[in-house]
Amino acid sequence: MISYRSVVKRAVFSVLLLAVVSLGQNVFAQDGKALFMEKCASCHSVTKTLTGPALKGIDERVPDKKLLHAWIRNNQAVLATGNKYFNDLYLANNKTPMNLFPDLTDGEIDAILAFVKTEGDKPVVAATPGGDSPADKAQSSDSTLLYGILTLILAIIVFTLLQVNANLKKLSDDKEGVPAHEPVPFWRNKAYIALFAVILFIVGGYYTIQGAIGLGRNKDYQPEQPIYYSHKVHAGTNQISCLYCHGGAQDGRHANIPSLNICMNCHMAINEYTGTEKLYREDGTEVHGTTEIQKIYSYTGWDPAQKKYANEPKPIEWVKIHNLPDHVYFNHSQHVVAGKVACQTCHGDIQNMGEVKQFSDLSMGWCINCHRETKVQFNDNKFYSIYEKFHDDLKSGKLDSVTVERIGGTECQKCHY
Amino acid sequence: MEQKKYWQSFGELNNSAAHQKNVQDEFKEDLPFEGLDVQGATTPRRDFLKYVGFSTAAAAIAASCETPVKKAIPFINRPADVIPGVAEYYATTYIAGGDAIPVIAKVRDGRPIKLEGNELASWTKGGTTAQVQSSVLELYDTARVRFPFADKKEVTTFEAFDKMVAGALSGLGGAPVVILSSTINSPSGRQVISEFLAKYPGSRHVQYDGVSYSGMLQANEATYGKRAIPDYQFGNAKVIVSLGADFLGTWLSPVEFQRGYTKGRKIDPANPSMSKHFQFESMLSMTGANADERFTHKPSETAAVAAGLLAAVNGQAVTNLKSDKLKKGIETVAKELAANKGAALVVSGSNDVNVQILVNAINEAVGANGTTVSWGTTNLTRAGIDSDMATFVNELNAGSIGAVIVIDANPAYNYYDAKKFTDGLKKTKVTIALTEKNDETTQLCKYHLPTHNFLESWGDAEPKSGFISLVQPTIAPLFKTRQWQESLLKWSGNTSSFAEYHKNFWTARLGGSDTFLKALQDGVIEAGTATTGTAAFNSAPVVAAVAAAVPAAVKTGVSGKSADVEVLLYQKVSVGDGRHANNPWLQEMPDPITRETWDNYVMMSPALGKALFGIDLDDAKQSDTYEAFPVKPSVTLKAGAQTITLPILLIPGMEENTVAIALGYGRAAEVGKAAANVGQNAFPLATFNGTTVLLQTAGQVTEAAVGAPHKIATTQTHSSYEGRHEVIKEITLNSYKKNPHQIIEARAKELEPWGGLEHYEKDGTIYPVFDKPGIKWGMSIDMNSCYGCGACVVACTAENNVAVVGKPEVLRAHDMHWLRIDRYFTGDIKDPESIQTVFQPMLCQHCDNAPCENVCPVAATNHSSEGLNQMTYNRCIGTRYCANNCPYKVRRFNWADYTGADSFKHNQDELNDVVLMMNDDLTRMVLNPDVTVRSRGVIEKCSFCVQRLQDGKLKAKKANRPLTDSDVKTACQQACAADAIVFGNVNNSQSEVSRTRKENELRLFYSLEQIHVMPNVNYLAKVRNTDRLNAAHGHEEAAPAAAEGAEHGAHH
Repeated sequence: MISYRSVVKRAVFSVLLLAVVSLGQNVFAQDGKALFMEKCASCHSVTKTLTGPALKGIDERVPDKKLLHAWIRNNQAVLATGNKYFNDLYLANNKTPMNLFPDLTDGEIDAILAFVKTEGDKPVVAATPGGDSPADKAQSSDSTLLYGILTLILAIIVFTLLQVNANLKKLSDDKEGVPAHEPVPFWRNKAYIALFAVILFIVGGYYTIQGAIGLGRNKDYQPEQPIYYSHKVHAGTNQISCLYCHGGAQDGRHANIPSLNICMNCHMAINEYTGTEKLYREDGTEVHGTTEIQKIYSYTGWDPAQKKYANEPKPIEWVKIHNLPDHVYFNHSQHVVAGKVACQTCHGDIQNMGEVKQFSDLSMGWCINCHRETKVQFNDNKFYSIYEKFHDDLKSGKLDSVTVERIGGTECQKCHY
Repeated sequence: MEQKKYWQSFGELNNSAAHQKNVQDEFKEDLPFEGLDVQGATTPRRDFLKYVGFSTAAAAIAASCETPVKKAIPFINRPADVIPGVAEYYATTYIAGGDAIPVIAKVRDGRPIKLEGNELASWTKGGTTAQVQSSVLELYDTARVRFPFADKKEVTTFEAFDKMVAGALSGLGGAPVVILSSTINSPSGRQVISEFLAKYPGSRHVQYDGVSYSGMLQANEATYGKRAIPDYQFGNAKVIVSLGADFLGTWLSPVEFQRGYTKGRKIDPANPSMSKHFQFESMLSMTGANADERFTHKPSETAAVAAGLLAAVNGQAVTNLKSDKLKKGIETVAKELAANKGAALVVSGSNDVNVQILVNAINEAVGANGTTVSWGTTNLTRAGIDSDMATFVNELNAGSIGAVIVIDANPAYNYYDAKKFTDGLKKTKVTIALTEKNDETTQLCKYHLPTHNFLESWGDAEPKSGFISLVQPTIAPLFKTRQWQESLLKWSGNTSSFAEYHKNFWTARLGGSDTFLKALQDGVIEAGTATTGTAAFNSAPVVAAVAAAVPAAVKTGVSGKSADVEVLLYQKVSVGDGRHANNPWLQEMPDPITRETWDNYVMMSPALGKALFGIDLDDAKQSDTYEAFPVKPSVTLKAGAQTITLPILLIPGMEENTVAIALGYGRAAEVGKAAANVGQNAFPLATFNGTTVLLQTAGQVTEAAVGAPHKIATTQTHSSYEGRHEVIKEITLNSYKKNPHQIIEARAKELEPWGGLEHYEKDGTIYPVFDKPGIKWGMSIDMNSCYGCGACVVACTAENNVAVVGKPEVLRAHDMHWLRIDRYFTGDIKDPESIQTVFQPMLCQHCDNAPCENVCPVAATNHSSEGLNQMTYNRCIGTRYCANNCPYKVRRFNWADYTGADSFKHNQDELNDVVLMMNDDLTRMVLNPDVTVRSRGVIEKCSFCVQRLQDGKLKAKKANRPLTDSDVKTACQQACAADAIVFGNVNNSQSEVSRTRKENELRLFYSLEQIHVMPNVNYLAKVRNTDRLNAAHGHEEAAPAAAEGAEHGAHH
């Protein structure tokens, strides 16, 4: 099971990471990058033409700052004024309308423009890999081997000593004239056989039970998917919020694999993989990113040359990785919205995974453990105001926190009904 | 031994041997170990070991070798507001003939799985019936017709079909087209029909209802000049008199009437008063069972009773009735009516024009016009006129009709003279059926274009004038069907789709597409609140009606094995007129009065039973012979040219020489597996008096057979309270007024040795009392508002994936309902008028000190900190100790693989077709994905709809606010039209359940309180507005009546 420390460590890390990744919640007014990512990045890049034109040098192309602000807030109004530059631009982009951002303040727009400027001035460098992976490497694997070897050596010593003892006894018996028994070889010695049987039973039983418990558990399951989809590229390098694609996680039971129209929001424009980092499968073969992007087009029927959906679409049959038994009710929104649990707590270092693998064993023990240790948003969420007794106990210091278990989180019908 | 006060079975009444055995035996049959007899075992030990070894190895291999690969397939283009796994709700309308109930359909991942009443509708306020609750299953009926047919051959495209029909209709040579339908109160549908008829001059629309209200429509035409049905305001009535109208169950608009009736039946603790309900009837109906006073008469005396009541109200003598008791009853009722002028209401279920004219005259005399009978709005649920239908059938036989288009009508099954109709139809050149199923009439038609289920349709309904409920599709059509409106549009040359037509129709009427969309979202359009209006009364026809109200000389009496009887036909709250016969949920719902499933039968009085079969129910042995075995005696009944053979049931409260038979059974095999071979069709016994079809006749029992192999599946005797007492409490209004504290005082007295009411929880046990922080769920059931209709039972079945087990399994006491409604009788079985009936919904009481929990060897059932008695299926190993130890007998065991959840299909070999039909991939689409489908070998029971509780809590948590009452509603609570069930968090003193318990403290009781199981379900005692309470043995003033050792209806 996961140790208390590692859970805390992971939780702290995850909260930090969520703070960086999540776009909806932690936008500071002057944080141009975050604003750019939230508002602009799905259609614009600084250096590349996506759905909309590349933004590099926009301050030179539109020197009138007031006009630029007006355009960003409400482009339709500017178009209606008959501004030639923007009308030409509109025509050049096949009359694809830009979204309206009436809520952006001047400060925020300036921050975005400042980010565009600094980013545009940067020389092209290799993209830095996304967040650092948490250093929770399994520490016990080496020592297991060590203990094993030690046990083996000790066992050999014991065995040797027993043999020596037997030989010495025989010698002394010979000396004292006690009639010697025919020495029994150890493989016919009943004591040895019994000992061996007991050890075999214990070790065999242990592994049988472990194996039985492990039936149906698929930790580290990493099937090959119809498209090599890299979370590392999307959530790591490009910092796309998890909820942009898996919005279901805040609405209901299922996080949901995004529908193809979500992919096409960006990939209508991003039609090649230009990341400097090479992509590799588990088996070491290299992945050609652009080919994988092309696969989306074949599924959706998009013809990039004509810029339209020309062919019959067909759905993608992803291989489901996280499978819970039918008698378990799990609700993502309970954990993500009410519990404010970071995705990484259960899904691991997802922003650094190429193809996804199952991080947790999804066993009941694993669920229960977390419910025992995790504290609920007891004071922040008004739902818990009805637990008067716990509030009193918190005030009087009888309790230092309220865990999920205390409010019934380990009872059967929390998950089984 | 003293006779029991409350009883459910005759065995219990007599404390017979079978009853005593029943009390002893928890399960109805020995465990099936026949193959394992130690001596002379057919399976030797070695074989046994071989099987064990093989099956262990096989199971290990099957389970472990490979985890199956599952696919997850997202949308290509997900609609913006559809989130997989999150339910959507659409306002629509349940439509069945003229019945229209506004509902909200819960749609999960594109499949409607549950209907709830629409609370925005002022006349139903979210109430439903068992039929409404079950109708979602009919969408997935395997017997629905899947593509159009012409001459029994499939037609592959609608265009081809339209061409054929156009060809056929153009070749009529001027002969008229008749659209034959059930009542259509849809404004757009009526317009479609009139546009179609305009294309075919001389054509007309005939509305025909299986169970018709023609008598009422024509009587109103005679006396009020309007062929309409007024709006009955039961809520305004202090005295309600029903002459055989089952207005709480099947009459006109039961949801609306239950709501109104409930207004007068709720007890205000500060000022206790309630309406007084008198029932005159020939059989024991569900509504009669709820009456304060009941009088019985022969069906042939109905008009005389009405005339007598009219005379008595006008201060004249009651004539033409032989029974003095009945005369006295009529005089009492007339006095009450006269004393409550302006707050009195008389209704009649008769389809005789004269009776309805007399009822109108009584209502005039007691000032009902404009108070309890409102002409401000009219009830549009029934419009069929029997004489129109008779004329039409004559024309069919004369061959003067060119084409018949049948829309949702089935005269070949439910017309009194079905043969004449069938013969006529065969003479007709063009016959087109626009029906959902291949029913009896459709089979006779040349062309069949199946119409949509209402959940797939666009449409509207106007069940009350000015009150409109819209229909919108909740799922794309499952099959190659087209709704009848669209077909008529096509055939009248209109090229627009009906969806478009409907939109334009309402946009024009409502004055804008925004208003239309709003109306579609709300589901209902109400011009304003219902106003009570009057209508001018024309008393001219009354004289003739009085003159005609002389009872026909119907001979009754027994001679040997034959008897002259009067026959009454009635509808059950479940299958109704047979429209719902293929709905297993309804078929398996126990009838409120008889507690029988899957059958119709001849209900007769114990006196007639004794005369015909010699069954003396006062004799313990004889009552056992009749009752303890599923095989029932049967009778062959001859009425006119018709004969019918059915098993009998002895029901106290029946008029002595009247037998009653339920309609809606004996359907054709094509209607579906659940409907086929169930019961007999009683419609042919109906009679036509020249104006209207009457559901009564004179008949003769020609044969009374004891040995006929008729088995009846009852849930009545399935288990018992083992002699424990105080399951129910009942009290009269006067006694309650005199000493309102009597119930609480009796409770206090009983609990005194164990700490009294205050400290009972702690002092009554050696167990510790546990904390209940946060939420504690509790339910309060008002027995005064429970009429036994069963809407909650079906709602529970639908919400919780409760399995259908079929008749053979019900016979073995294996029914699975989590919620049952127990029916108790009191009174003298020889005196039908003394019989009083009490209904009690019984479900898991979620005891805080639950006896089931501490006997489970694997802790599969245990208690939650929120007060739920939790059942964990995946931990249950099926010892059934819990069911054995449950004092309320609410736990259910999965004896077989009813749900198809097992991996091995041979586990279903013994089950009947109905169970297999429920396991069809199509039918399984109705399952609620949030509730586990239980497999064989586990116990299940009411969970308080825990999936809804968790969902409600999550909703509140996500919105960062405390839980409110509206977040959590159990399925039974939501279905109830009478608001008998209140549910919520007891720890919150402001919640509805806390307030209900506090306000009604004096009526509150817990079932079997003295055994200290500490239930979380409380009941409010039933109050009867009468002077006489059988159960109280004449000293009701001293102590409230209590049910002793009442036997009830379910098992384990």
